[in-house]
Amino acid sequence: MSVVLDNLDLYLLGMRDTVVLTVVSFALAFLVGVVVAGFRVSPVPPLRAVGAFYVNTARNTPLILLLFLFYFGFPKVGLNFAPFTWAVMVLTIYTATFVAETVRAGINSVSQGQGEAARALGLSFPQMLGLVVLPQAIRTVIQPLGSIFIALIRNSALVTVISVSNLSKTADQIATDTAIFVPVYLGVAVAYLLLTLPSGLAVGYLERRLAIKR
Amino acid sequence: MKKQRWLIPIVLLTVALMGAACGSDDEPTVGGSTDSTTAKPAFAAGTTMAALQAKGKIVVGTKFDQPGLGQKNPLTGDVEGFDPEIAKIIAAGIFGGSPADAGDKIEFKETTSPNRELFIENGTVDIVAATYTINDARKQRIDFAGPYYVAHQDIMVKADDTSINSVADLAGKRVCSVRNSTPAGRIRTMVPDATLQEFDTYTLCKEELLNGRTDAVTTDDAILLGFASENPTALKVVGNQFSTEPYGIGLKRGDEAFRTFINDLLEQSYSNGQWKAAFDETLGKSGNEAPTPPPVDRYTSAGPATTVAGGATTTTVAATTTTATEETTTTTSA
Repeated sequence: MSVVLDNLDLYLLGMRDTVVLTVVSFALAFLVGVVVAGFRVSPVPPLRAVGAFYVNTARNTPLILLLFLFYFGFPKVGLNFAPFTWAVMVLTIYTATFVAETVRAGINSVSQGQGEAARALGLSFPQMLGLVVLPQAIRTVIQPLGSIFIALIRNSALVTVISVSNLSKTADQIATDTAIFVPVYLGVAVAYLLLTLPSGLAVGYLERRLAIKR
Repeated sequence: MKKQRWLIPIVLLTVALMGAACGSDDEPTVGGSTDSTTAKPAFAAGTTMAALQAKGKIVVGTKFDQPGLGQKNPLTGDVEGFDPEIAKIIAAGIFGGSPADAGDKIEFKETTSPNRELFIENGTVDIVAATYTINDARKQRIDFAGPYYVAHQDIMVKADDTSINSVADLAGKRVCSVRNSTPAGRIRTMVPDATLQEFDTYTLCKEELLNGRTDAVTTDDAILLGFASENPTALKVVGNQFSTEPYGIGLKRGDEAFRTFINDLLEQSYSNGQWKAAFDETLGKSGNEAPTPPPVDRYTSAGPATTVAGGATTTTVAATTTTATEETTTTTSA
Protein backbone atom coordinates (compact mmCIF):
# COMPACT_ATOMS: atom_id res chain seq x y z
CA MET A 1 0.00 0.00 0.00
CA SER A 2 2.84 2.38 0.85
CA VAL A 3 3.95 2.34 -2.78
CA VAL A 4 0.64 4.01 -3.71
CA LEU A 5 0.90 6.61 -0.97
CA ASP A 6 4.57 7.31 -1.79
CA ASN A 7 3.65 8.02 -5.40
CA LEU A 8 0.41 9.84 -4.70
CA ASP A 9 1.62 12.91 -6.62
CA LEU A 10 2.18 10.78 -9.74
CA TYR A 11 -1.25 9.19 -9.36
CA LEU A 12 -2.87 12.62 -9.08
CA LEU A 13 -0.94 13.80 -12.14
CA GLY A 14 -2.17 10.77 -14.08
CA MET A 15 -5.76 11.36 -12.93
CA ARG A 16 -5.56 14.99 -13.98
CA ASP A 17 -4.30 14.00 -17.45
CA THR A 18 -7.05 11.40 -17.84
CA VAL A 19 -9.72 13.93 -16.77
CA VAL A 20 -8.46 16.61 -19.18
CA LEU A 21 -8.27 14.09 -22.03
CA THR A 22 -11.77 12.76 -21.31
CA VAL A 23 -13.52 16.09 -20.77
CA VAL A 24 -12.03 17.77 -23.86
CA SER A 25 -12.68 14.73 -26.07
CA PHE A 26 -16.23 14.27 -24.79
CA ALA A 27 -17.16 17.94 -25.28
CA LEU A 28 -15.95 17.76 -28.89
CA ALA A 29 -17.50 14.32 -29.43
CA PHE A 30 -20.86 15.64 -28.17
CA LEU A 31 -20.83 18.53 -30.67
CA VAL A 32 -19.71 16.34 -33.58
CA GLY A 33 -22.12 13.58 -32.57
CA VAL A 34 -25.19 15.88 -32.48
CA VAL A 35 -24.32 17.30 -35.90
CA VAL A 36 -23.82 13.81 -37.34
CA ALA A 37 -27.12 12.66 -35.81
CA GLY A 38 -28.72 15.65 -37.57
CA PHE A 39 -27.09 14.47 -40.83
CA ARG A 40 -28.48 11.00 -40.36
CA VAL A 41 -32.11 12.16 -39.97
CA SER A 42 -31.89 15.03 -42.49
CA PRO A 43 -34.06 15.01 -45.61
CA VAL A 44 -30.95 15.50 -47.82
CA PRO A 45 -29.73 12.09 -49.11
CA PRO A 46 -26.01 13.04 -49.52
CA LEU A 47 -25.88 14.24 -45.90
CA ARG A 48 -27.50 11.00 -44.74
CA ALA A 49 -24.94 9.02 -46.77
CA VAL A 50 -21.99 10.95 -45.30
CA GLY A 51 -23.33 10.43 -41.76
CA ALA A 52 -23.91 6.71 -42.32
CA PHE A 53 -20.47 6.22 -43.88
CA TYR A 54 -18.68 8.00 -41.05
CA VAL A 55 -20.56 6.16 -38.28
CA ASN A 56 -20.14 2.76 -39.89
CA THR A 57 -16.41 3.10 -40.51
CA ALA A 58 -15.24 4.81 -37.31
CA ARG A 59 -17.51 2.83 -34.99
CA ASN A 60 -16.52 -0.54 -36.45
CA THR A 61 -12.74 -0.07 -36.21
CA PRO A 62 -10.76 -0.92 -33.06
CA LEU A 63 -9.80 2.26 -31.23
CA ILE A 64 -6.18 1.15 -30.91
CA LEU A 65 -6.00 0.76 -34.70
CA LEU A 66 -7.42 4.26 -35.25
CA LEU A 67 -4.78 5.64 -32.87
CA PHE A 68 -1.99 3.93 -34.79
CA LEU A 69 -3.40 4.85 -38.21
CA PHE A 70 -3.80 8.53 -37.40
CA TYR A 71 -0.65 8.93 -35.35
CA PHE A 72 1.72 7.13 -37.71
CA GLY A 73 -0.19 7.51 -40.99
CA PHE A 74 -0.90 11.23 -41.29
CA PRO A 75 2.71 12.38 -40.77
CA LYS A 76 3.46 10.45 -43.99
CA VAL A 77 1.32 12.98 -45.86
CA GLY A 78 2.72 15.96 -43.99
CA LEU A 79 0.12 16.36 -41.23
CA ASN A 80 1.92 16.75 -37.92
CA PHE A 81 0.38 17.59 -34.55
CA ALA A 82 1.41 17.04 -30.96
CA PRO A 83 0.64 13.53 -29.60
CA PHE A 84 -2.00 15.02 -27.25
CA THR A 85 -3.82 16.63 -30.18
CA TRP A 86 -3.90 13.34 -32.05
CA ALA A 87 -5.17 11.58 -28.95
CA VAL A 88 -8.04 14.07 -28.55
CA MET A 89 -8.85 13.88 -32.27
CA VAL A 90 -9.01 10.09 -32.39
CA LEU A 91 -10.97 9.80 -29.14
CA THR A 92 -13.39 12.44 -30.48
CA ILE A 93 -13.82 10.73 -33.86
CA TYR A 94 -14.41 7.36 -32.21
CA THR A 95 -16.71 8.54 -29.41
CA ALA A 96 -18.74 10.89 -31.66
CA THR A 97 -20.10 7.86 -33.56
CA PHE A 98 -21.62 6.45 -30.37
CA VAL A 99 -22.97 9.88 -29.42
CA ALA A 100 -24.49 10.25 -32.92
CA GLU A 101 -26.28 6.90 -32.78
CA THR A 102 -27.54 7.54 -29.26
CA VAL A 103 -28.83 11.02 -30.12
CA ARG A 104 -30.46 9.63 -33.29
CA ALA A 105 -32.31 7.10 -31.16
CA GLY A 106 -33.41 10.00 -28.95
CA ILE A 107 -34.62 11.97 -31.98
CA ASN A 108 -36.63 8.98 -33.17
CA SER A 109 -38.28 8.73 -29.76
CA VAL A 110 -39.76 12.26 -30.07
CA SER A 111 -43.26 11.92 -31.49
CA GLN A 112 -43.66 12.91 -35.14
CA GLY A 113 -46.35 15.41 -34.24
CA GLN A 114 -43.69 17.64 -32.67
CA GLY A 115 -41.80 17.89 -35.94
CA GLU A 116 -44.95 18.40 -37.98
CA ALA A 117 -46.13 21.15 -35.62
CA ALA A 118 -42.73 22.87 -35.90
CA ARG A 119 -42.84 22.75 -39.70
CA ALA A 120 -46.44 24.03 -39.63
CA LEU A 121 -45.19 27.04 -37.65
CA GLY A 122 -42.79 27.73 -40.51
CA LEU A 123 -39.53 26.59 -38.86
CA SER A 124 -36.77 25.33 -41.19
CA PHE A 125 -35.40 21.78 -40.73
CA PRO A 126 -32.35 22.91 -38.67
CA GLN A 127 -34.58 25.17 -36.54
CA MET A 128 -37.09 22.36 -36.01
CA LEU A 129 -34.28 20.01 -34.98
CA GLY A 130 -32.42 22.48 -32.79
CA LEU A 131 -35.33 24.24 -31.08
CA VAL A 132 -37.99 21.56 -30.81
CA VAL A 133 -36.75 18.02 -31.30
CA LEU A 134 -33.20 17.93 -29.86
CA PRO A 135 -34.03 19.48 -26.47
CA GLN A 136 -36.56 16.69 -25.96
CA ALA A 137 -34.40 14.00 -27.59
CA ILE A 138 -31.30 14.62 -25.48
CA ARG A 139 -33.29 14.54 -22.23
CA THR A 140 -34.31 10.96 -22.96
CA VAL A 141 -30.75 9.78 -23.70
CA ILE A 142 -28.89 11.28 -20.72
CA GLN A 143 -28.20 7.82 -19.24
CA PRO A 144 -26.73 6.24 -22.43
CA LEU A 145 -24.68 9.42 -22.99
CA GLY A 146 -23.39 9.00 -19.43
CA SER A 147 -22.38 5.44 -20.26
CA ILE A 148 -20.48 6.73 -23.29
CA PHE A 149 -18.69 9.25 -21.05
CA ILE A 150 -17.67 6.51 -18.60
CA ALA A 151 -16.56 4.29 -21.48
CA LEU A 152 -14.43 7.20 -22.70
CA ILE A 153 -12.70 7.51 -19.32
CA ARG A 154 -11.64 3.89 -19.65
CA ASN A 155 -10.92 4.03 -23.41
CA SER A 156 -8.58 6.97 -22.86
CA ALA A 157 -6.11 4.52 -21.28
CA LEU A 158 -5.31 3.32 -24.80
CA VAL A 159 -3.55 6.57 -25.73
CA THR A 160 -0.59 5.09 -23.82
CA VAL A 161 0.35 3.39 -27.13
CA ILE A 162 1.05 6.77 -28.72
CA SER A 163 2.97 7.93 -25.65
CA VAL A 164 0.32 10.35 -24.31
CA SER A 165 0.27 10.75 -20.54
CA ASN A 166 -2.72 9.34 -18.66
CA LEU A 167 -3.49 7.40 -15.50
CA SER A 168 -2.48 3.99 -16.89
CA LYS A 169 0.76 5.25 -18.36
CA THR A 170 1.71 6.84 -15.05
CA ALA A 171 0.95 3.53 -13.36
CA ASP A 172 3.15 1.65 -15.85
CA GLN A 173 5.96 4.01 -15.00
CA ILE A 174 5.54 3.58 -11.22
CA ALA A 175 5.36 -0.21 -11.61
CA THR A 176 8.53 -0.32 -13.69
CA ASP A 177 10.49 2.00 -11.43
CA THR A 178 9.52 0.22 -8.21
CA ALA A 179 9.17 -3.33 -9.64
CA ILE A 180 5.97 -3.63 -7.58
CA PHE A 181 3.07 -4.53 -9.81
CA VAL A 182 -0.07 -5.76 -8.09
CA PRO A 183 -0.44 -2.97 -5.47
CA VAL A 184 0.37 -0.30 -8.07
CA TYR A 185 -2.30 -1.57 -10.48
CA LEU A 186 -4.81 -2.04 -7.65
CA GLY A 187 -4.16 1.62 -6.87
CA VAL A 188 -4.91 2.48 -10.50
CA ALA A 189 -8.15 0.49 -10.38
CA VAL A 190 -9.21 2.51 -7.34
CA ALA A 191 -8.19 5.76 -9.09
CA TYR A 192 -10.36 4.87 -12.11
CA LEU A 193 -13.28 4.07 -9.80
CA LEU A 194 -12.78 7.48 -8.17
CA LEU A 195 -13.38 8.98 -11.61
CA THR A 196 -16.12 6.70 -12.94
CA LEU A 197 -18.36 6.27 -9.89
CA PRO A 198 -18.90 10.04 -9.30
CA SER A 199 -19.50 10.37 -13.06
CA GLY A 200 -22.30 7.81 -12.77
CA LEU A 201 -23.83 9.69 -9.81
CA ALA A 202 -23.56 13.01 -11.69
CA VAL A 203 -25.35 11.52 -14.69
CA GLY A 204 -28.20 10.30 -12.47
CA TYR A 205 -28.50 13.76 -10.91
CA LEU A 206 -28.46 15.43 -14.34
CA GLU A 207 -31.17 13.09 -15.60
CA ARG A 208 -33.46 13.92 -12.66
CA ARG A 209 -32.83 17.65 -13.06
CA LEU A 210 -33.59 17.64 -16.80
CA ALA A 211 -36.51 15.22 -16.72
CA ILE A 212 -39.65 16.55 -18.39
CA LYS A 213 -42.42 16.81 -15.83
CA ARG A 214 -45.43 15.32 -17.51
CA MET B 1 -20.55 -42.12 -62.17
CA LYS B 2 -19.56 -40.42 -65.40
CA LYS B 3 -18.27 -37.41 -63.57
CA GLN B 4 -16.01 -39.45 -61.32
CA ARG B 5 -14.32 -41.33 -64.17
CA TRP B 6 -12.04 -38.46 -65.17
CA LEU B 7 -10.91 -38.21 -61.54
CA ILE B 8 -9.04 -41.52 -61.78
CA PRO B 9 -6.20 -40.31 -64.06
CA ILE B 10 -5.84 -37.21 -61.89
CA VAL B 11 -5.55 -39.28 -58.74
CA LEU B 12 -3.06 -41.58 -60.42
CA LEU B 13 -1.04 -38.61 -61.66
CA THR B 14 -1.00 -37.07 -58.18
CA VAL B 15 0.18 -40.31 -56.63
CA ALA B 16 2.88 -40.64 -59.28
CA LEU B 17 4.03 -37.05 -58.69
CA MET B 18 4.11 -37.56 -54.96
CA GLY B 19 6.17 -40.67 -55.43
CA ALA B 20 8.54 -38.77 -57.68
CA ALA B 21 8.79 -35.93 -55.18
CA CYS B 22 9.61 -38.34 -52.37
CA GLY B 23 12.18 -40.06 -54.54
CA SER B 24 13.94 -36.85 -55.43
CA ASP B 25 13.79 -35.78 -51.78
CA ASP B 26 15.45 -38.96 -50.60
CA GLU B 27 18.48 -38.90 -52.85
CA PRO B 28 20.23 -35.76 -51.59
CA THR B 29 19.47 -36.72 -47.98
CA VAL B 30 21.25 -40.03 -48.43
CA GLY B 31 24.18 -38.30 -50.12
CA GLY B 32 24.20 -35.52 -47.51
CA SER B 33 24.27 -37.85 -44.54
CA THR B 34 27.27 -39.76 -45.86
CA ASP B 35 29.10 -36.47 -46.39
CA SER B 36 28.47 -35.16 -42.90
CA THR B 37 29.35 -38.49 -41.23
CA THR B 38 32.85 -38.18 -42.61
CA ALA B 39 33.22 -34.63 -41.28
CA LYS B 40 31.46 -35.29 -37.96
CA PRO B 41 33.57 -34.46 -34.91
CA ALA B 42 33.72 -37.22 -32.26
CA PHE B 43 32.46 -36.57 -28.73
CA ALA B 44 32.67 -38.59 -25.53
CA ALA B 45 29.47 -40.53 -24.88
CA GLY B 46 27.07 -38.88 -22.44
CA THR B 47 28.01 -35.31 -23.32
CA THR B 48 25.38 -32.88 -24.59
CA MET B 49 27.35 -32.56 -27.83
CA ALA B 50 27.12 -36.33 -28.47
CA ALA B 51 23.40 -36.31 -27.65
CA LEU B 52 22.74 -33.41 -30.02
CA GLN B 53 24.82 -35.03 -32.76
CA ALA B 54 22.81 -38.22 -32.41
CA LYS B 55 19.54 -36.25 -32.44
CA GLY B 56 20.72 -34.60 -35.67
CA LYS B 57 19.63 -31.07 -34.79
CA ILE B 58 19.97 -28.37 -32.17
CA VAL B 59 17.08 -26.20 -30.95
CA VAL B 60 18.19 -22.58 -30.60
CA GLY B 61 16.12 -19.92 -28.87
CA THR B 62 16.45 -16.53 -30.49
CA LYS B 63 14.51 -13.33 -31.00
CA PHE B 64 12.41 -12.99 -34.14
CA ASP B 65 11.89 -9.23 -34.07
CA GLN B 66 15.32 -7.62 -33.89
CA PRO B 67 16.65 -6.50 -37.28
CA GLY B 68 20.31 -7.40 -37.76
CA LEU B 69 20.34 -9.52 -34.59
CA GLY B 70 17.61 -12.10 -34.93
CA GLN B 71 14.70 -11.51 -37.26
CA LYS B 72 12.40 -13.93 -39.01
CA ASN B 73 12.15 -13.16 -42.70
CA PRO B 74 8.39 -13.29 -43.38
CA LEU B 75 8.94 -14.28 -47.02
CA THR B 76 11.49 -17.08 -46.68
CA GLY B 77 10.79 -18.10 -43.08
CA ASP B 78 14.54 -17.96 -42.38
CA VAL B 79 15.80 -16.42 -39.17
CA GLU B 80 18.47 -13.87 -40.04
CA GLY B 81 20.93 -11.86 -37.98
CA PHE B 82 24.05 -11.94 -35.84
CA ASP B 83 22.62 -14.28 -33.16
CA PRO B 84 21.57 -16.95 -35.72
CA GLU B 85 25.03 -16.64 -37.33
CA ILE B 86 26.68 -17.34 -33.95
CA ALA B 87 24.29 -20.31 -33.54
CA LYS B 88 25.46 -21.61 -36.93
CA ILE B 89 29.10 -21.46 -35.78
CA ILE B 90 28.13 -23.60 -32.77
CA ALA B 91 26.09 -26.00 -34.92
CA ALA B 92 29.02 -26.41 -37.30
CA GLY B 93 31.19 -27.28 -34.30
CA ILE B 94 28.79 -30.04 -33.29
CA PHE B 95 27.73 -31.48 -36.65
CA GLY B 96 30.79 -30.71 -38.74
CA GLY B 97 30.90 -28.71 -41.98
CA SER B 98 31.01 -24.94 -42.26
CA PRO B 99 28.72 -22.43 -40.52
CA ALA B 100 27.30 -21.42 -43.92
CA ASP B 101 25.54 -24.77 -44.39
CA ALA B 102 24.87 -25.54 -40.71
CA GLY B 103 21.51 -23.78 -40.97
CA ASP B 104 19.51 -26.95 -41.69
CA LYS B 105 20.78 -28.53 -38.46
CA ILE B 106 19.20 -25.74 -36.41
CA GLU B 107 15.60 -25.38 -35.35
CA PHE B 108 15.03 -21.77 -34.31
CA LYS B 109 12.45 -21.15 -31.63
CA GLU B 110 11.27 -17.68 -30.77
CA THR B 111 12.20 -16.56 -27.28
CA THR B 112 11.22 -13.25 -25.70
CA SER B 113 13.07 -11.56 -22.88
CA PRO B 114 10.90 -12.95 -20.04
CA ASN B 115 10.83 -16.64 -21.12
CA ARG B 116 14.48 -17.35 -21.87
CA GLU B 117 15.54 -18.88 -18.52
CA LEU B 118 12.40 -21.03 -18.42
CA PHE B 119 12.95 -22.38 -21.96
CA ILE B 120 16.49 -23.46 -20.99
CA GLU B 121 15.43 -24.97 -17.66
CA ASN B 122 12.64 -27.11 -19.06
CA GLY B 123 14.56 -28.15 -22.19
CA THR B 124 12.34 -26.37 -24.74
CA VAL B 125 15.58 -25.14 -26.30
CA ASP B 126 19.15 -26.50 -26.17
CA ILE B 127 20.80 -23.08 -26.17
CA VAL B 128 19.67 -19.46 -26.27
CA ALA B 129 21.36 -16.82 -28.44
CA ALA B 130 18.99 -13.88 -28.12
CA THR B 131 20.66 -10.58 -27.12
CA TYR B 132 20.98 -12.31 -23.77
CA THR B 133 22.81 -10.05 -21.29
CA ILE B 134 24.99 -12.00 -18.84
CA ASN B 135 24.19 -11.04 -15.25
CA ASP B 136 24.38 -12.60 -11.80
CA ALA B 137 20.62 -12.90 -11.31
CA ARG B 138 20.38 -15.04 -14.46
CA LYS B 139 23.43 -17.11 -13.47
CA GLN B 140 21.37 -18.38 -10.52
CA ARG B 141 19.14 -20.26 -12.97
CA ILE B 142 21.25 -20.98 -16.05
CA ASP B 143 24.86 -20.79 -17.25
CA PHE B 144 26.38 -18.56 -19.91
CA ALA B 145 29.06 -19.31 -22.48
CA GLY B 146 30.72 -16.25 -23.97
CA PRO B 147 30.26 -13.29 -24.02
CA TYR B 148 30.44 -13.24 -27.82
CA TYR B 149 29.45 -9.59 -28.10
CA VAL B 150 29.36 -6.60 -25.78
CA ALA B 151 26.50 -4.24 -26.46
CA HIS B 152 26.30 -0.76 -25.03
CA GLN B 153 23.34 1.54 -24.71
CA ASP B 154 23.77 4.03 -27.50
CA ILE B 155 21.83 6.69 -29.40
CA MET B 156 20.48 6.63 -32.95
CA VAL B 157 19.70 9.89 -34.72
CA LYS B 158 18.92 11.01 -38.26
CA ALA B 159 21.97 10.77 -40.52
CA ASP B 160 22.15 14.56 -40.97
CA ASP B 161 21.82 15.40 -37.25
CA THR B 162 25.02 16.86 -35.79
CA SER B 163 23.55 18.30 -32.58
CA ILE B 164 23.50 15.03 -30.60
CA ASN B 165 26.86 13.41 -29.94
CA SER B 166 26.53 12.12 -26.38
CA VAL B 167 23.98 11.39 -23.66
CA ALA B 168 24.45 14.89 -22.25
CA ASP B 169 23.26 16.37 -25.56
CA LEU B 170 19.88 14.71 -25.01
CA ALA B 171 18.89 17.32 -22.41
CA GLY B 172 15.87 19.22 -23.70
CA LYS B 173 15.48 16.81 -26.63
CA ARG B 174 12.80 14.24 -27.40
CA VAL B 175 14.09 10.70 -26.83
CA CYS B 176 12.26 7.52 -27.80
CA SER B 177 12.60 4.04 -26.28
CA VAL B 178 10.46 1.03 -25.49
CA ARG B 179 7.86 1.43 -22.76
CA ASN B 180 8.99 0.16 -19.35
CA SER B 181 12.40 -0.96 -20.66
CA THR B 182 15.77 -0.70 -18.91
CA PRO B 183 17.11 1.79 -21.50
CA ALA B 184 14.04 4.01 -20.96
CA GLY B 185 14.53 3.92 -17.19
CA ARG B 186 18.20 4.78 -17.59
CA ILE B 187 17.36 7.89 -19.64
CA ARG B 188 14.79 8.97 -17.05
CA THR B 189 17.48 8.97 -14.35
CA MET B 190 20.48 10.10 -16.45
CA VAL B 191 18.79 12.91 -18.41
CA PRO B 192 15.70 14.05 -16.51
CA ASP B 193 15.46 17.11 -18.79
CA ALA B 194 14.83 15.00 -21.86
CA THR B 195 11.24 14.38 -23.00
CA LEU B 196 10.92 10.61 -22.98
CA GLN B 197 8.57 9.08 -25.54
CA GLU B 198 7.69 5.46 -24.99
CA PHE B 199 6.25 2.98 -27.51
CA ASP B 200 5.76 -0.76 -27.56
CA THR B 201 8.49 -1.61 -30.08
CA TYR B 202 11.71 -0.06 -31.33
CA THR B 203 10.27 -0.15 -34.85
CA LEU B 204 7.70 2.48 -33.80
CA CYS B 205 10.50 4.59 -32.31
CA LYS B 206 12.35 4.37 -35.62
CA GLU B 207 9.15 5.56 -37.37
CA GLU B 208 8.95 8.49 -34.96
CA LEU B 209 12.54 9.40 -35.75
CA LEU B 210 11.97 9.18 -39.51
CA ASN B 211 8.73 11.20 -39.12
CA GLY B 212 10.73 13.86 -37.27
CA ARG B 213 8.66 13.64 -34.10
CA THR B 214 11.50 12.47 -31.93
CA ASP B 215 15.15 13.50 -31.96
CA ALA B 216 16.81 10.27 -30.86
CA VAL B 217 16.17 6.58 -30.24
CA THR B 218 18.09 4.86 -27.46
CA THR B 219 18.75 1.22 -26.57
CA ASP B 220 21.54 -1.38 -27.04
CA ASP B 221 23.82 -0.39 -29.93
CA ALA B 222 23.45 -3.81 -31.55
CA ILE B 223 19.70 -3.22 -31.98
CA LEU B 224 20.29 0.33 -33.24
CA LEU B 225 22.97 -0.90 -35.67
CA GLY B 226 20.38 -3.32 -37.00
CA PHE B 227 18.02 -0.46 -37.85
CA ALA B 228 20.80 1.71 -39.22
CA SER B 229 22.01 -1.15 -41.44
CA GLU B 230 18.52 -1.39 -42.95
CA ASN B 231 18.45 2.32 -43.73
CA PRO B 232 22.04 3.69 -43.70
CA THR B 233 21.20 6.83 -45.72
CA ALA B 234 18.64 8.14 -43.23
CA LEU B 235 19.85 6.88 -39.85
CA LYS B 236 23.12 6.74 -37.94
CA VAL B 237 24.32 5.48 -34.59
CA VAL B 238 26.12 8.15 -32.57
CA GLY B 239 28.69 5.83 -30.96
CA ASN B 240 28.52 7.21 -27.43
CA GLN B 241 28.29 4.09 -25.31
CA PHE B 242 27.00 4.57 -21.79
CA SER B 243 26.30 1.08 -20.42
CA THR B 244 27.74 -2.43 -20.79
CA GLU B 245 25.62 -5.43 -21.82
CA PRO B 246 27.70 -8.57 -22.51
CA TYR B 247 25.67 -11.01 -24.64
CA GLY B 248 26.19 -14.70 -23.79
CA ILE B 249 24.92 -18.08 -24.95
CA GLY B 250 22.48 -19.43 -22.38
CA LEU B 251 22.55 -23.13 -21.53
CA LYS B 252 21.55 -25.48 -18.71
CA ARG B 253 23.22 -24.72 -15.41
CA GLY B 254 26.10 -27.05 -14.56
CA ASP B 255 26.68 -28.49 -18.06
CA GLU B 256 30.41 -27.73 -17.80
CA ALA B 257 31.53 -29.82 -20.80
CA PHE B 258 29.04 -28.12 -23.13
CA ARG B 259 29.93 -24.66 -21.81
CA THR B 260 33.68 -25.23 -22.26
CA PHE B 261 32.99 -26.61 -25.75
CA ILE B 262 31.01 -23.49 -26.80
CA ASN B 263 33.63 -21.19 -25.23
CA ASP B 264 36.37 -22.98 -27.22
CA LEU B 265 34.31 -22.68 -30.40
CA LEU B 266 33.77 -18.95 -29.83
CA GLU B 267 37.51 -18.41 -29.28
CA GLN B 268 38.23 -20.36 -32.47
CA SER B 269 35.74 -18.24 -34.40
CA TYR B 270 37.51 -15.08 -33.17
CA SER B 271 40.82 -16.25 -34.63
CA ASN B 272 39.65 -17.97 -37.85
CA GLY B 273 37.53 -15.07 -39.09
CA GLN B 274 34.12 -16.75 -38.69
CA TRP B 275 33.05 -14.27 -36.01
CA LYS B 276 34.03 -11.27 -38.10
CA ALA B 277 32.26 -12.76 -41.13
CA ALA B 278 29.11 -13.20 -39.04
CA PHE B 279 29.28 -9.55 -37.93
CA ASP B 280 30.04 -8.15 -41.39
CA GLU B 281 27.14 -10.07 -42.94
CA THR B 282 24.61 -8.76 -40.42
CA LEU B 283 25.26 -5.78 -38.12
CA GLY B 284 28.22 -4.64 -40.23
CA LYS B 285 25.87 -3.61 -43.05
CA SER B 286 25.21 -0.40 -41.11
CA GLY B 287 28.69 0.71 -42.18
CA ASN B 288 30.19 0.20 -38.71
CA GLU B 289 33.47 -1.70 -38.42
CA ALA B 290 33.52 -5.07 -36.64
CA PRO B 291 34.67 -4.42 -33.06
CA THR B 292 37.26 -6.54 -31.26
CA PRO B 293 35.38 -9.56 -29.90
CA PRO B 294 35.23 -9.71 -26.08
CA PRO B 295 37.30 -12.34 -24.21
CA VAL B 296 35.13 -15.27 -23.10
CA ASP B 297 34.49 -15.46 -19.37
CA ARG B 298 35.09 -18.97 -17.99
CA TYR B 299 33.56 -18.21 -14.60
CA THR B 300 32.94 -20.88 -11.95
CA SER B 301 29.40 -22.14 -12.29
CA ALA B 302 27.17 -22.64 -9.25
CA GLY B 303 26.86 -26.24 -10.45
CA PRO B 304 23.84 -28.26 -11.52
CA ALA B 305 20.50 -26.95 -10.32
CA THR B 306 19.59 -28.72 -7.08
CA THR B 307 16.29 -27.06 -6.23
CA VAL B 308 12.82 -28.38 -6.98
CA ALA B 309 13.28 -27.09 -10.52
CA GLY B 310 16.38 -29.33 -10.63
CA GLY B 311 14.19 -32.41 -10.28
CA ALA B 312 12.35 -31.48 -13.43
CA THR B 313 15.62 -30.77 -15.18
CA THR B 314 17.05 -34.19 -14.36
CA THR B 315 13.96 -35.88 -15.74
CA THR B 316 14.28 -33.98 -18.99
CA VAL B 317 17.94 -34.90 -19.30
CA ALA B 318 17.12 -38.56 -18.75
CA ALA B 319 14.42 -38.37 -21.43
CA THR B 320 16.80 -36.76 -23.88
CA THR B 321 19.42 -39.44 -23.25
CA THR B 322 16.89 -42.19 -23.93
CA THR B 323 15.96 -40.62 -27.24
CA ALA B 324 19.60 -40.20 -28.05
CA THR B 325 20.32 -43.88 -27.37
CA GLU B 326 17.44 -44.93 -29.57
CA GLU B 327 18.70 -42.68 -32.32
CA THR B 328 22.20 -44.13 -32.03
CA THR B 329 20.85 -47.68 -32.27
CA THR B 330 18.96 -46.79 -35.42
CA THR B 331 22.02 -45.18 -36.92
CA THR B 332 24.20 -48.20 -36.14
CA SER B 333 21.72 -50.65 -37.65
CA ALA B 334 21.41 -48.48 -40.75
